Amino acid sequence: MAEQTISLQYPIDGNNFTIAGQASSNIKKVLKQLGIAPEIIRKAAISMYEGEINTIIHGKGGEADVTITSDTITIVFRDKGPGIPDIAKAMQAGFSTATDEARELGFGAGMGLPNMKKYSDELSIESEVGHGTTVTLVIRLR
Amino acid sequence: MNNKGTYYHSVRLDRERCKGCINCIKGCPTEAIRVRDGKAKIIKERCIDCGECIRVCPYHAKSAVTERLDDIFRFKYKIALPAPTLYGQFNNLKDINLILTGLKYLGFDDIYEVAKAAETITEYTKQLLAEGKLKRPVINSACPTVVRLISVRFPNLISHVLPLISPMEAAAKAARQEAVEKTGLKPKEIGVFFISPCAAKATSVRNPLGSSKPLIDGVLSIKEIYLKLLPILRKIEHVDELSTCAFSGVRWASSGGEASALDTEKYVAVDGINHVVRLLEEIEDDEKLDIDFVEALACAGGCVGGPLNVENTYVAKTKIKKLADSLRKQGQKAGPIPVKQDDLQWDSPVSYRNVLNLDDDIAIAMQKMERMESIYNDLPKLDCGSCGAPSCKSLAEDIVRGFATETDCIYKLREKVRDLARQMVALEEEMPGSFKTDDRDYYGG
Repeated sequence: MAEQTISLQYPIDGNNFTIAGQASSNIKKVLKQLGIAPEIIRKAAISMYEGEINTIIHGKGGEADVTITSDTITIVFRDKGPGIPDIAKAMQAGFSTATDEARELGFGAGMGLPNMKKYSDELSIESEVGHGTTVTLVIRLR
Repeated sequence: MNNKGTYYHSVRLDRERCKGCINCIKGCPTEAIRVRDGKAKIIKERCIDCGECIRVCPYHAKSAVTERLDDIFRFKYKIALPAPTLYGQFNNLKDINLILTGLKYLGFDDIYEVAKAAETITEYTKQLLAEGKLKRPVINSACPTVVRLISVRFPNLISHVLPLISPMEAAAKAARQEAVEKTGLKPKEIGVFFISPCAAKATSVRNPLGSSKPLIDGVLSIKEIYLKLLPILRKIEHVDELSTCAFSGVRWASSGGEASALDTEKYVAVDGINHVVRLLEEIEDDEKLDIDFVEALACAGGCVGGPLNVENTYVAKTKIKKLADSLRKQGQKAGPIPVKQDDLQWDSPVSYRNVLNLDDDIAIAMQKMERMESIYNDLPKLDCGSCGAPSCKSLAEDIVRGFATETDCIYKLREKVRDLARQMVALEEEMPGSFKTDDRDYYGG
């Protein structure tokens, strides 16, 4: 039998903070329906939430693709935003380039990418200045 | 604690009154109701006793199972545990003692105010917050609906719930203990009855949360007690000095009452089940939130918004505030209730019950989910509820679980009927061979 996979796509509306977190809520429900353990759900929820916020704030919107197999959850965030000039710097806890508008809303603590790294088992970033960023993270189910 | 076989909820359906409409299925926050056979059906594993369906049913077919006042007389010694919410139901009430004296007229031998126990819980919570050993933000445990919600939907927040019994249960412990000392009766000869604004508390009689055994003997609705108290209150000549609670305990009746009594300004008080769900989702996702305490109450307005109350939520809120302000001016202070801190802690932890999983085997669950998505994509996405499920998504889920079929959807059914009608019309155009015109030369001659 072919490996079973579940693929989910979430468009992320740029500059719309009010719907941030919806994809995360949805993913949590899907994972519960699949009977995934709460600790794994937590990792996926936090990663998804941070990724969503990042895609809104920095990427000016984009999309998230989630693929679930019986071994892993893979989340890919894609945006056509300004790109990240210095990825190592962006990974530092506390480093933030968030706009004032975002900070006023309580975002921009500089923990987005560091948290995504902390709560995933693999994280990779491809970015080209002026063209956009793709963040791929993998969470292992066992 | 709760396994599927024994789980119990207090919301009940009166089949005679139920018309099979979709009001309750649409309003249920856990999608726990379906309409089957023309009547609402509660999925017991999913019901968290929030009482939304009781509020929304236009035919008053939903109610909460509570005891009747007559039921208290099966005990030798009867104690009333009034929720502070009760005090907010009466017009121009200046003295809580009037209500408490009235309860004695109804047949109770003694009164133990839940508001008094609430103050003790507040003091203990302050201490626990100061020790800093609990996971932040700490979420209140006093609203049983919220605790049940967390146990079925927010497994990662269970460890954030304040591991203390509710003021109702604390009051029950203190009341029974004091009555045993005072009367010399056995604990089981003493009946402890909570006068409740909500359905969820009624469930605690059989299936308490965080406690290994039930601490109360019965729950009476504020509605019933109110109606019985009204004619009595006018006749009371001598008011006994029974009330010993202070303003901070009374304030627990309204949203923000519990949280504002703590020593922190970093608290969030949220009320109304859908608002609670949204906030908990955020707490689960965003670990940067800088909050010490979350007071989450399922009913809009807090306990004054409970479905078993009489007075309008916001009028009751004003009345509670007035009473609390006046108690504050009088400077009434309540001493701690005589229950050891150890006995205020949960002795049976709340655990996660996954009521959503499609199958215990992840591979099968994934197959089901794929099928569910493809069924859903084929449904009209109008969420009309005519199939008996609250949304097209939940119908798709019911289909893969084997509880529904695609033609339960009225639009799907219509499509099928239309296809069938088309086939019939097409067939009707066909003629038996002997009626057909045919000019062909059959044998090519």
